[in-house]
Amino acid sequence: MSEAPVSDVAEKAPARTDGRFGHAMLKVQGLKRYFDVSAPWLNRVLEKQPKQILKAVDGIDFEIARGETFGLVGESGCGKSTVARLIVGLYGPTDGSITLEGNNIAGLSRKEMAPMRRRLQMIFQDPYASLNPRWRVRDIIAEPIRAFNLTSGNTETAERVAELLNFVGLNPRDGEKFPHEFSGGQRQRISIARALASKPEFLVCDEPTSALDVSVQAQILNLMKDLQREFALTYLFISHNLAVVYHISDRVGVMYLGKLVEVAPSKTLFSTPRHPYTRMLLDTIPDLDMTGRERMPVGGEVPNPITPPPGCAFHPRCPFANDRCKSEAPQPIAVDGGALVACHGVEEGRVPQGPILATPAKPDGLATSVHE
Amino acid sequence: MADPLLQVRNLVVEFPTRRGTLTAVDNISFDIAEGEVLGVVGESGAGKSLTGAAIIGLLEPPGRVGAGEILLEGRRIDNLPYEQMRRIRGRQIGAIFQDPLTSLNPLYSVGRQLTETIMTHTDMTPTKARDRAIELLTEVGIPAPTRRVDQYPHQFSGGMRQRVVIALALAVNPRLVVADEPTTALDVSIQAQIIALLKKLCREHGTAIMLVTHDMGVIAETADRVAVMYAGRIAEIGPVREVIKNAKHPYTHGLMGSIPAVGHDAERLEQIPGSMPRLTDIPQGCAFNPRCPQAHERCFRDRPEPLPVEDSRVACWLYNEANALSYEDAKRAVAAKEQVSEAQLEEQTNV
Repeated sequence: MSEAPVSDVAEKAPARTDGRFGHAMLKVQGLKRYFDVSAPWLNRVLEKQPKQILKAVDGIDFEIARGETFGLVGESGCGKSTVARLIVGLYGPTDGSITLEGNNIAGLSRKEMAPMRRRLQMIFQDPYASLNPRWRVRDIIAEPIRAFNLTSGNTETAERVAELLNFVGLNPRDGEKFPHEFSGGQRQRISIARALASKPEFLVCDEPTSALDVSVQAQILNLMKDLQREFALTYLFISHNLAVVYHISDRVGVMYLGKLVEVAPSKTLFSTPRHPYTRMLLDTIPDLDMTGRERMPVGGEVPNPITPPPGCAFHPRCPFANDRCKSEAPQPIAVDGGALVACHGVEEGRVPQGPILATPAKPDGLATSVHE
Repeated sequence: MADPLLQVRNLVVEFPTRRGTLTAVDNISFDIAEGEVLGVVGESGAGKSLTGAAIIGLLEPPGRVGAGEILLEGRRIDNLPYEQMRRIRGRQIGAIFQDPLTSLNPLYSVGRQLTETIMTHTDMTPTKARDRAIELLTEVGIPAPTRRVDQYPHQFSGGMRQRVVIALALAVNPRLVVADEPTTALDVSIQAQIIALLKKLCREHGTAIMLVTHDMGVIAETADRVAVMYAGRIAEIGPVREVIKNAKHPYTHGLMGSIPAVGHDAERLEQIPGSMPRLTDIPQGCAFNPRCPQAHERCFRDRPEPLPVEDSRVACWLYNEANALSYEDAKRAVAAKEQVSEAQLEEQTNV
């Protein structure tokens, strides 16, 4: 699986944190994960097909400071969940490094990973699928405590479980129940309690509120913010919901087809997005203020990641694309406001600045409009 | 104007179980006018999808319409025999469901599914129906429709599949489309495309839509009027602007505050404590009373009916007792009244 060429990571500016937080806790450099999605060997030989490699994550760099919330947004299939799984060690990387407080954690064996795993926990998207239906809640929450031998005995474990249930706003008596007795929001609280059980410092949250109703989502987001303050947690928060990411994140990375196209402090990203993709994405946020603005639908769809377009992967949907974009992949460059943008157009100053997209008509008639 | 296109009168949807009958939709009434988009929002389990299913006559047994009536163009449709209802479904009422993969048959080409629908409901010849199918695919924005028409659902992406489902729903120009979470399974950028498409088609064909979703953003962009459902009842129904900008029911108020928005900086989101009651233990009086910050004595005793407040109808005792026009007014008026009654009580005890 590692036969893909190991490209030399050119002198890319690392995604620096903006100084409000301490040193980098998690550092990801040149991270890649390729999947072999070829047809079976015999079919390939008979039908003379080449191997097919899916570049789910294709060389990304970022840092997360202690106590910070780093949001990762993108459409489905852009590789954001793969990044989450790489970081917690559910997948091994094809290339690149992940360091947690200076210790490399990429591609470690289970045994080597074990002490790291206590510090690194994950909250999954689907609270119905991520809790064992045949275990009582107290056993689900106690599992990390027992796995890492964090308490001296059963009484202490029980006390700790009760304490955790309290933290997440459940009743300690709920520990006797089974997961099916809880609603989606309560189950997500159980997932959070389990993630906190090993006293982690870093939580990877993969779409933790996507399966929940808005009113329940608000409860969970508030809880996550409270817990972050209380336990000085660092979050990697993955979501496709831009408003949620805006609400919870200090910095945000935007992914498109396995690459980070823009990384910026949350405020900067949402007030002055630079990359054309980020701008289009922001334009798709439904307008609750009812300004009567017509949304400009992004033309086209995410291309097949097995055969991504050459050059900048976004060029077929980009109103500013030119010949250079079609042939040469852009590298992230630092722009003002602490942002990193991977776009030839921004680098050359071809893409007009400002949050509102007022685009020239694209030759093939991509629907664009000037609003407000 | 004549009768509204769709009238729902005191609809009750219930599920008989061994331990008694569960009422999932409890006595709701609303209208949809011709060409109007009515949004129906609510949390999961609020009964919004069941209302949609009752209208298209596709309630899964043992669920059944327990009482009330549904009228389409003045004609009752909730008690029709299966065959008759089948004819209305498709011809007069189209349906769009959440998951575009399960609403298409994977074994038939897209074109065959479209022509089958067209030929069931009209007397077009196969050739003509095929032309119409291609025309429909063009209309919903599928590129190269003459080639795509012979392809199978798995060859389409999620967004394209949902376009095909919309084409199917609109195949014979129905008067009403019931769209149950049509954009929930799609990516944000595709979501915007699908909403724009739905709006455009309805404008052009004058089709009315009942848009069931939990996404307030989608409603804000698409709907003319909104019904907010809670625990099987309508809490508030009114023009979309009124409901979103000037929410009257405390539940709607809390719901709107719990939606995170870009540009809106708040350390914490407003949250409604607790969760929606299960069907087995809906409290007496107003179903929202255990979570309502404004609940007073009457809310625990009597169930409020939706009564007109400005352009909306709101099922909340705050308005009935205070005659207020906004949530803030109602809150103040009820608080003042309670103070007065406390003072009176003190006076009486003193005397």
